[in-house]
Amino acid sequence: MPIDQSLVGRSFPPTRPYAVSREKIQQFVTATGGEYDDGPAPATFPIVVAFQAMNDFLEAEQVDLFRIVHGEQRFSYRRAIEPGDVLRATLTVASLRQIGGADIVGTSSLITDESGAEVCTGTATIVHRGES
Amino acid sequence: MDVELEPRTFRVTRQDLVAYAAASGDHNPIHQDDDVARSVGLPGVVAHGMYTMALAARYVEEWVGGTGRVAALGAKFTKPVPVPLDGAAVEIAGVCRQQGDERVVTLTVTCNGEQVLGRFKATLRA
Repeated sequence: MPIDQSLVGRSFPPTRPYAVSREKIQQFVTATGGEYDDGPAPATFPIVVAFQAMNDFLEAEQVDLFRIVHGEQRFSYRRAIEPGDVLRATLTVASLRQIGGADIVGTSSLITDESGAEVCTGTATIVHRGES
Repeated sequence: MDVELEPRTFRVTRQDLVAYAAASGDHNPIHQDDDVARSVGLPGVVAHGMYTMALAARYVEEWVGGTGRVAALGAKFTKPVPVPLDGAAVEIAGVCRQQGDERVVTLTVTCNGEQVLGRFKATLRA
């Protein structure tokens, strides 16, 4: 089933607060083969929060995760993410088009800290392949 | 002036993908289960696109000497990275260019000779 066109421009509720800890960064760094030096989080770490927003969006729209492929991802950072940050992501559907039975969904996730200030923004293009 | 980054090869195993699923929260079964991956037209288990991007970001951050120095980062996922039972190799090479006040790193990221990330670009803080 194609994704509803009226979603464009809609923002979803913010994700529940995510507390960044040394342990969480360490787990991420180790999984990607690196060694954690107790510094800021690696550049792609905010995907943890952005992915939660994406999951909430897919659940709300009853889209199966296994039919999703990631097409493009960008991040722009206002500042580095440090242990002790408490982050939330708010996803907005930026664009939606259908090509050859697939939905191409553009999203933007604003990631904020406890004060509500922007930490970074992640923009993603995801491809949803419907049931054939 | 352009500075070439020394090429590196990164091994990716299925255990890495299990660890990455736990660390990132992305439990899409196409990264764990051959049958599910094939059911959506993939050759078998593939790496998370963000796993490959994490390797690319690590390559840049290790070269620049630490995390917290990237102002912007992005790429297209042009081809999946198949991860068979004996693992895969992702090869990364890059160039750093001064553009005004910024340093911009562009990478070539391949697996089995195919480009898996397109237009990878990291902008470093001044």
